[in-house]
Amino acid sequence: MEKDPKNIIDEVTQSEYKYGFFTDIEMDTAPKGLNEDIIRFISLKKNEPQWLLEFRLDAYRKWLGMTEPTWAHLHHPPINYQDIIYYAAPKRKKELSSLDEVDPELLDTFKKLGISLEEQKRLSGVAVDAVIDSVSVKTTFSDTLEKKGILFCSFSDAVQKYPDLVKQYMGSVVPSDDNYFAALNSAVFTDGSFCYIPKGVRCPVELSTYFRINAANTGQFERTLIIGDEGSYVSYMEGCTAPMRDENQLHAAIVEIIALKDAQVKYSTVQNWYPGNKKGEGGIYNFVTKRGICKGNNSKISWTQVETGSAITWKYPSVVLMGDNSVGEFYSVAVTNNYQQADTGSKMIHLGKNTKSTIISKGISAGYSNNSYRGLVKMTKRAENSRNFSQCDSLLLGDKCGAHTWPYIKTENKSSIVEHEATTSKISDDQLYYCNQRGISTENAIGLIVNGYAREVLKQLPMEFAVEAQKLLAVSLEGSVG
Amino acid sequence: MLVIKNLRVAINGKEILKGVNLEVKPGEVHAIMGPNGTGKSTLASVIAGRDVYDITEGEIYFMGKDLTELSVEERASEGIFLGFQYPVEIPGVSITNFMRTAVNEQRKYKGLDPMPAGEFLAKMEEKKKLLDIQAKLANRSVNEGFSGGEKKKNEIFQMAMLEPKLAILDETDSGLDIDALKIVANGVNMLRRPDNAFLVITHYQRLLDYIVPDIVHVLYDGMIVRTGGKELAIELEEKGYEWIKAGLV
Repeated sequence: MEKDPKNIIDEVTQSEYKYGFFTDIEMDTAPKGLNEDIIRFISLKKNEPQWLLEFRLDAYRKWLGMTEPTWAHLHHPPINYQDIIYYAAPKRKKELSSLDEVDPELLDTFKKLGISLEEQKRLSGVAVDAVIDSVSVKTTFSDTLEKKGILFCSFSDAVQKYPDLVKQYMGSVVPSDDNYFAALNSAVFTDGSFCYIPKGVRCPVELSTYFRINAANTGQFERTLIIGDEGSYVSYMEGCTAPMRDENQLHAAIVEIIALKDAQVKYSTVQNWYPGNKKGEGGIYNFVTKRGICKGNNSKISWTQVETGSAITWKYPSVVLMGDNSVGEFYSVAVTNNYQQADTGSKMIHLGKNTKSTIISKGISAGYSNNSYRGLVKMTKRAENSRNFSQCDSLLLGDKCGAHTWPYIKTENKSSIVEHEATTSKISDDQLYYCNQRGISTENAIGLIVNGYAREVLKQLPMEFAVEAQKLLAVSLEGSVG
Repeated sequence: MLVIKNLRVAINGKEILKGVNLEVKPGEVHAIMGPNGTGKSTLASVIAGRDVYDITEGEIYFMGKDLTELSVEERASEGIFLGFQYPVEIPGVSITNFMRTAVNEQRKYKGLDPMPAGEFLAKMEEKKKLLDIQAKLANRSVNEGFSGGEKKKNEIFQMAMLEPKLAILDETDSGLDIDALKIVANGVNMLRRPDNAFLVITHYQRLLDYIVPDIVHVLYDGMIVRTGGKELAIELEEKGYEWIKAGLV
């Protein structure tokens, strides 16, 4: 006889994480724990200028006086910040100019994830800056980009090569004391990506970075800085998968985007870190601060995110709309399954006149998970004739998960318009029956329906990501059913 | 092809079908008529395999296989298609994507490789042309925002794509104007072949002006009370269901 659809939903939502394996590379690590000496160690390891060490120490001292935020709809045991290794890097041989020089084991890891550098290089014309743990291992296509004056490298390299740009913009969007996790990152960040698009330049390729957490007990503290100078355009992608771990791993990244006059920056991410097992053990704690500022008139910043991984996601990619006529966008799909928890959304702060923002958020919850949208739309007094449209949809699979929406709206002028729409729905038995009757299994029907539900967001992704993201959505909810 | 013997079906303890016997052979078009609430749609759902019903007695065999052993999707892949009375909306899923998934899952069931994309798209074009369906329909989400007529046309289109052995049309004519009715009927007629069969469920005789049945059954109070040729439908239309009731007393 036919299986009970309810059981099938349970079954397909309880699949194991597919990317659980880890690479054994000799590590150059700092001892566990956090103090000023550790910070000096990191700074020394990275051969940093004095001002950057001061920036770190200042952030650390501020962090000591701060407390972990508790307002999010998240529950986890207290994090022991002294039980974390704050620096781990694969031992560096020398400057790598070709893939042959990359550790074969490392390449193999990428292959398992389907992120072959060679393939990336050859097929898609994507410049890849692969970050394993903390140190950037390989940057490709930088020559091509250099001809256009585009600077794209690891954050550490940028500190050495373009210290003025880094000094000018780092911390200008996310101040070091912005929040608890931002302060922590500012004190101990080890690497990340840097990108500068010069005036009037349209970046000809999708810039892409793959992050990957690799060493046991290693916190990840990336920093990304993207600067779009006047009239420039860039589409930047970031994607990640992590190996299976029993211990919880802390991740506290910062992404800062600056768009000057007439510049457009499009940032897309697919996040698939280890979400923990079916019982809710293990998994990544992901506390990220992502913020962009539309500094100049007519500038635009667009965030697109597909969040399927991590045990805990705490993330609110935001846009400060400072320039007149500037545009901010946030498109999000967040999937939670088993005991995953996500508290994610966006802030749109309208400062300039005639500014426009759009928020499209699609939450999908399954298993025992909790999925929350939290957002703020603020129209300041000066932001006359500004507009926001927000749409927050929740889709529930099964009857033990939760979906929550906390939209905050503040308007200080009378000429602006703010719209908010929200829906909550379930995959109906009728929809499953209809798909079944056409020969489609319940498992695939769920994948199909969920992808359809998220289509509005998925279509915002660059081509290179769209297919991967679709698979990921299906895999997160179905996977290897016996 | 389809053999139903003494089928008794209940839902929540209430008996709906009270001993139905039916045999459909390849090449035949059967019509099942009857007043509302006599179990017509239940019969269609039970053949398709919807699990809310309890089969308390009897047998359903399709191509020699015991259908009660098969899931809804297995029955579909065996060649049973149900045209729904109320097709559901699947937002964001294009008809093209939906059909490609369905066609390939049915092929997988039969041990075949997925249909190459080019071949699939050519088939879509062919069937659209056959049924006089606008090209843009295929890019729209499944049934989302469709008019009643468009939904039913879409059902017929899916039937054409999946090429079932047995197609059950559950009140496909309900809510259709005469033009839409003609398009639906025309589609069915074009898909009639010596090796497939149709089970057309309808309340009115009107559809049978366009889809001429070989055999007409009258379902009343959970039982097939009369079976005849196409003239039975006409007689029924003239005399009304009261005539059947009177005959039973």
